[in-house]
Amino acid sequence: MSTNTLFDKVWDQHAVRVLPSGQTQLFIGLHLIHEVTSPQAFAMLRDRKLTVPFPERTVATVDHIVPTENQARPYADGLAEEMMVAIERNCREFGIRLFQPGSGKQGVVHIIAPEQGLTQPGMTVACGDSHTATHGAFGAIAFGIGTSQVRDVLASQTLAMARLKVRKIQIDGTLKSGVYAKDLILHVLRKLTAKGGVGYAYEFNGTCIAALSMEERMTICNMAIEGGARCGYVNPDEITFAYLKGREHAPTGQAWDAAVAWWGSMASGADATYDDIQRFTAEDIEPTVTWGISPDHGVGVKESIPAKETFAKDEWPLIDEAYQYMDLAPGQPIAGVAIDVAFIGSCTNGRISDLREAAKVITAHGGKVNARVKAFIVPGSEAVKVAAEAEGLDRIFTAHGFEWRNAGCSMCLAMNPDKLQGRQISASSSNRNFKGRQGSSTGRTLLMSPAMVAIAALEGKVADVREVLAKAAKKGTTT
Amino acid sequence: MSRILSVSGRGVALRGNDIDTDRIIPARFLRCVTFDGLGEHAFEDDRKQLSAQGKLHAFDDARFVGGEILVVGSNFGCGSSREHAPQAIQKWGIKAIVGVSFSEIFFGNTVAMGLPCLRLPQADTDALLAAIEADPRISVTVDIEHLEVRWNGGKKAPAAMPEGPRKQFVTGQWDATGELLDGAGQVRAMARKLPYVANFVAKPA
Repeated sequence: MSTNTLFDKVWDQHAVRVLPSGQTQLFIGLHLIHEVTSPQAFAMLRDRKLTVPFPERTVATVDHIVPTENQARPYADGLAEEMMVAIERNCREFGIRLFQPGSGKQGVVHIIAPEQGLTQPGMTVACGDSHTATHGAFGAIAFGIGTSQVRDVLASQTLAMARLKVRKIQIDGTLKSGVYAKDLILHVLRKLTAKGGVGYAYEFNGTCIAALSMEERMTICNMAIEGGARCGYVNPDEITFAYLKGREHAPTGQAWDAAVAWWGSMASGADATYDDIQRFTAEDIEPTVTWGISPDHGVGVKESIPAKETFAKDEWPLIDEAYQYMDLAPGQPIAGVAIDVAFIGSCTNGRISDLREAAKVITAHGGKVNARVKAFIVPGSEAVKVAAEAEGLDRIFTAHGFEWRNAGCSMCLAMNPDKLQGRQISASSSNRNFKGRQGSSTGRTLLMSPAMVAIAALEGKVADVREVLAKAAKKGTTT
Repeated sequence: MSRILSVSGRGVALRGNDIDTDRIIPARFLRCVTFDGLGEHAFEDDRKQLSAQGKLHAFDDARFVGGEILVVGSNFGCGSSREHAPQAIQKWGIKAIVGVSFSEIFFGNTVAMGLPCLRLPQADTDALLAAIEADPRISVTVDIEHLEVRWNGGKKAPAAMPEGPRKQFVTGQWDATGELLDGAGQVRAMARKLPYVANFVAKPA
């Protein structure tokens, strides 16, 4: 059993009591809700005549079904409109804050909570969405939950849970130019597999992680769930505190000093022990692209699609299914695979630094979106959109042939009008390459960093962003 | 709430590892405000694609009609936290799931819904899948109380489920809301004690 890790400290501070089942009743400090997984929870509250005792600890927004083009109400999709009406009514009736489109605070739930300073170190966070793991970047313990558990948090501000094991993922060194946080997590998933983390909380640690920005840490924790881990986190440090300082819901004055002291005390101790430790070297990581139908099906951009013999034997049926579904063969280089659609956005990579990197490599490349490719960029929140436009990023995107949209989850899971058609293949900065994930039951997804998506859009195929950066550096067009 | 000690019925053999919740219920069916009607859409895209290839998905296989025990591979239910996935399976008529392993969010959802999921070693899962495929009429018993799966009048295998959820099923406390509300006083006390709730709230709503 782990001892004195951040996970252990947060767990112990939030453990209300041991339930008769032996599980822990865990206090949830921040509960986030959205329109897709909450309506049935509110219906259950009404059925059982339950109230919400801590309405100020729940925050709502709308993201999954929000159109990114025409946002005029009522929405063209009647089912989407019905879900919007439901969350508006539910939040009104139970006294919960709702950040609507047009408020300046709407966006993907895992982007708006950090940018408003709602997510803080040492907290427990829950949300009816698996990518809640994102909030772990702040040193919070953040759980994705289902709708019945959303009901439980609304009704009691607690969850019944069993303690997790803790695996330290130590990543030392420095990422090379053209290699991003997304590549790092795709690399870790490839090595530890999609189910290797079942039963664990992942602590991302090491000199590489310590040097990353909060937005990069969010990208990494976001995809801990794709490795089977229940949550992922990074210990809070000066970078965390600097990010939070001055944000709307961050404490101020004396309260700030008290907060920083407590936040710092929650980090894993030097004497912490772990159930498992895995080590990686940042310099070993290449720009990584997925070729298959599970997020752990990644390869370096210079590699070829692997033979199934390189996987555990019980994975072979899935690997065969992946070759067939993707229409890619073992031995085929991943570079050069033609794409139809390019999507930059999502809770994984829809933040301002992602858009800056994309704009930088687009400028370095200098070309326009390939004529066969539909490319669009969806900011993760209204605040990201405003910031990007203030920096002129939107004009770079549109000048090079990218569409510039409004905030939402968009084609990460395609519950809004943004969808692949037929067997289209997308280069996507999102988190899942599951069969049918992007809105077409036969559509195909290649996951990669936003910079790699941008280059794929311009080239019309998977290409190595490092070559674009090197060429530009030679010409002296970038610094 | 009812105690769930054991579930018996015919089996449905669904082979494959890493079957994610997008495959169990595609996102377009999440555009709803109730879980009603999800059952008929369970595995819809997988079923259509197999059908187009002249193959049969387990949920379309006439031999498995009326089956109540779903047998699966490893990491079943990975991906999205959507409770719509186990809801669709339950509404389709499944009363218990047995497999090599389950994704944790999926498993948590099934506990809250009263749908027991038991783990079996790989070799036993393979034997059970083969037995159901050979004769779908055999009865399968999922014994939550004694953590055992029995089939074909005599075959049995030790099963696993974390002790907390097992107790919740056998004592009828799988819907945790009531128990959690019993601790309301202690929850309020904790809220007063936690520094970020008590001391450094920047802006109360």
